[in-house]
Amino acid sequence: MGSRGSHAARIPDADSIRRETGFSQASLLRLYHRFRALDRNKKGYLSRMDLQQIGALAVNPLGDRIIDSFFPDGNLRVDFPGFVRVLAHFRPVDDDDSSMRDPKEPEPLNSRMNKLRFAFQLYDLDRDGKISRHEMLQVLRLMVGVQVTEEQLESIADRTVQEADEDGDGAVSFLEFTKEMLWCPACIFSLGCAGVVCSQHMGVNCTEGFHLCFQ
Amino acid sequence: MSGRGAPGCSRGLQLALLLVPLLVLGVLPRARAFEEQPGSAHGESQGFQVVTFKWHHVQEPYIIALWILVASLAKIGFHLSHKVTSVVPESALLIVLGLVLGGIVWAADHIASFTLTPTAFFFYLLPPIVLDAGYFMPNRLFFGNLGTILLYAVIGTVWNAATTGLSLYGVFCSGLMGDLNIGLLDFLLFGSLIAAVDPVAVLAVFEEVHVNEVLFIIVFGESLLNDAVTVVLYNVFESFVTLGGDKVTGVDCVKGIVSFFVVSLGGTLVGVIFAFLLSLVTRFTKHVRIIEPGFVFIISYLSYLTSEMLSLSAILAITFCGICCQKYVKANISEQSATTVRYTMKMLASGAETIIFMFLGISAVNPLIWKWNTAFVLLTLVFISVYRAIGVVLQTWVLNRYRMVQLEIIDQVVMSYGGLRGAVAFALVVLLDEKKVKERNLFVSTTIIVVFFTVIFQGLTIKPLVQWLKVKRSEHREPKLNEKLHGRAFDHILSAIEDISGQIGHNYLRDKWSNFDRKFLSKILMRKSAQKSRDRILNVFHELNLKDAISYVAEGERRGSLAFIRSPSTDNMVNVDFSTPRPSTVEASVSYLLRENVSAVCLDMQSLEQRRRSIRDTEDMVTHHTLQQYLYKPRQEYKHLYSRHELTPNEDEKQDKEIFHRTMRKRLESFKSAKLGIGQNKKAAKLYKRERAQKRRNSSIPNGKLPLESPVHNFTINEKDLELSDPEEAPDYGAEAGGGIEFLANITQDATATDSPSGDTGSDVPLTGRASPPAAEKPALPARSPRPRARSPAPPAAAGAGPGPERRGGPGAHARSAAARRVHSRRSFQRPRARRRPALLKLASLPPSCHAPPHALEQEETPL
Repeated sequence: MGSRGSHAARIPDADSIRRETGFSQASLLRLYHRFRALDRNKKGYLSRMDLQQIGALAVNPLGDRIIDSFFPDGNLRVDFPGFVRVLAHFRPVDDDDSSMRDPKEPEPLNSRMNKLRFAFQLYDLDRDGKISRHEMLQVLRLMVGVQVTEEQLESIADRTVQEADEDGDGAVSFLEFTKEMLWCPACIFSLGCAGVVCSQHMGVNCTEGFHLCFQ
Repeated sequence: MSGRGAPGCSRGLQLALLLVPLLVLGVLPRARAFEEQPGSAHGESQGFQVVTFKWHHVQEPYIIALWILVASLAKIGFHLSHKVTSVVPESALLIVLGLVLGGIVWAADHIASFTLTPTAFFFYLLPPIVLDAGYFMPNRLFFGNLGTILLYAVIGTVWNAATTGLSLYGVFCSGLMGDLNIGLLDFLLFGSLIAAVDPVAVLAVFEEVHVNEVLFIIVFGESLLNDAVTVVLYNVFESFVTLGGDKVTGVDCVKGIVSFFVVSLGGTLVGVIFAFLLSLVTRFTKHVRIIEPGFVFIISYLSYLTSEMLSLSAILAITFCGICCQKYVKANISEQSATTVRYTMKMLASGAETIIFMFLGISAVNPLIWKWNTAFVLLTLVFISVYRAIGVVLQTWVLNRYRMVQLEIIDQVVMSYGGLRGAVAFALVVLLDEKKVKERNLFVSTTIIVVFFTVIFQGLTIKPLVQWLKVKRSEHREPKLNEKLHGRAFDHILSAIEDISGQIGHNYLRDKWSNFDRKFLSKILMRKSAQKSRDRILNVFHELNLKDAISYVAEGERRGSLAFIRSPSTDNMVNVDFSTPRPSTVEASVSYLLRENVSAVCLDMQSLEQRRRSIRDTEDMVTHHTLQQYLYKPRQEYKHLYSRHELTPNEDEKQDKEIFHRTMRKRLESFKSAKLGIGQNKKAAKLYKRERAQKRRNSSIPNGKLPLESPVHNFTINEKDLELSDPEEAPDYGAEAGGGIEFLANITQDATATDSPSGDTGSDVPLTGRASPPAAEKPALPARSPRPRARSPAPPAAAGAGPGPERRGGPGAHARSAAARRVHSRRSFQRPRARRRPALLKLASLPPSCHAPPHALEQEETPL
């Protein structure tokens, strides 16, 4: 359901959004429907509450972090362009090799770097450009079952940070973070074909190109 | 063909030795019985005989039983060697075995007496398979892709039938096939019966090839739903052939199209009605638990027969009967009955499949049905493959414009190549009347060839093909901690984004449906108790048992006692734990989930070797291991698919509960701290700590207790829970955690069952704090009732305070040197915690009076 007729005209600033995010007309339309479906009271924007209503997010260990990422800089609401902008990070990396791209153009939101940056910011809560041991620990706490003891968690956090930490400052900088992420090159962090998430290739050289999510 | 099967047969030598006498037993006495008959008529005057040999009396059931035994034994034989079964699909082996057996029987008897008759097939063998498919259908996936499935099933099948038939006719007209007594309609009839992808064959092969879930469900769903098309096309063309080509009018064609809708929709409707009936009946079986499982089978079977009687699509009927009833039946019947149903269904389906394939092989050994026409056979093979591929590509091209989740080239290749034909086609072609269809035997032999070719050849090659297409995946190396953690985090992030962006689609419909379901259907079809807690208590109980077991094993490992049989956490080993991220996307299949789930303790010598070789710091190992074991699984990984031969335990709910609990708590906290200002952080942190500790403690709650205590008061607990998480009022939080879990169980179930309850606020089960704090809190804290409204402006503060609970590590922790921490943690790993083990022992010594399902542990073992 959802796509009754073409409401493309009703999306405000459709063209500029498309230019910025690279979404196709159809994807944008679909997202617009989704946006309006999430928007309970037809406010024209989404509040944190609206996103928290999504049941599956409540059982996603990182669900609330993701929700937070829609509300940068302490905003209370996210409008449609903002909504799409966040989602655009998850478009697959465009086919033409991103390293060959014209350096003058701003990097598209779905570039590898921007994807990684997005992920990085989910860890880096205090926005100091580093994932401290402490921040790592918080993420770990979210992600492991309750059976793991606090001491174990701390130990794991320590090791994780140590493993990535090259300059010895006890924290993972964005640079170090990207280095750690080399194992999953191009397709990293894209909603994949067939609903398959590419980073499931953990521990594997994941080069299968999964493309296109929102088309 | 038999040459290919030779390694399989030689491996199961003892098997062959077993089988031959059995067959001889089955065949020879029958021949003897014929001879004896006149004799017994003569000897009537001989008076009373102490022992009489009454072969005749038991002949038919005896032979049937023998064949089933043979087929089952054959299966044991195949699985003696993993090498064979991992290369050759079982269906192919069975066909070859059938050929061999058929040969033996024919050599002994010169009568091809055992063939797959359409009656046996359609009445007894097919229904269990299809019912099983429906009953275990991953509903969400199925309905999520229903549009695609329908397109492939309807348009695809019509396309295949038409193009194959017409092309064959074209070639026939060119004279390449020589002189045959066939008209256009016969060709179309043949095309229609050869067009349909076969559910039995497809599943038998696809189950062994690990393809991703969407692809799986599309091909599987297609093979189930195209039955309606096949039946209609078959009937239409058969009646046209009977009428004679020149008498067919346009009206008949229109009637044919109309009959398609009647047959398919009617079949579906019959299925839904019977599902309704079945759910209703199981609601009232409380006092006849023993025959409870029987209803499931009988009523489903009746749906099949009814729609057959009304000449509707029987397969659709029983499929939808299974699909629609599963939710309510599973909720209504007792845990034991549910287990019985599951196992019986798997047994019947798996057995039927085995027999079908074996008899396909046997049926082929019959010189009477063979009529060879090289051009016809080869061209049929070519056409069905080529047109299937073309059809898939065309339809996918259309579909990809509308689908969120694109079907890739690889998917299309697998889909085209996976178009296996099977016993349905064979049974249909055997049904043809030789008087009407002059070249029936040619059709029969061609169908046999096609079936054998697709099942054996394509079945053999599809796995290598898939692997070849996904070659790039194969590099194995030990992932670093960071990779493991971040990789898993990315999975979670992606699935969250999927949920937010509504990737799965059909949300509007699904919301509507789940509302309707909750408001009406569940009320009618589910037991009162089931509506309230759908076996939740048992689940919680079960979960606790599981936790005990896990912690026991983990404990043992920490103490080093079990460490030696545990391998380190490399991905390429079949072992270890619940959450190994597998190397490839294509392995979304059940069989590998099973492997993961059962093998907490590794007995595989190879990986033991590997582990011995890897010289690594034990602590490192433990760390890796812990991380791997306890990282929450992303959604795609634990969602399991349908499998005909395996049963999966339900792992995911537990995880959902935990996370849900945590999330809700955090949201409440952040909300509260936003409301009450700062200074909450410390308290929240304490609470968090307590929660963690509490949850661990929970796992050692004596297991008998839980089911006895909190049966129905979930709503009150709801209130309590909200209160309790309020830092000021939470002194006795610990005491309630048991109830808390139950409460969570209910709601999590709700959240997961409906998937996107964005339209759910008004429903009777409040989706906790976030959706309806007013309802829950008003009675307790009337003064604060406007709070929910204050919530949406609150977030910025909440964002600041949200991470609060974790702050407590604080400066103190930083002050400790890393080395000290390490020492500390190492010590803590080694520390024995004997307290936990008695809890596990308690499992064994449970009082019989408590409602512990005796199979709680058994279930864990089933996959073994």
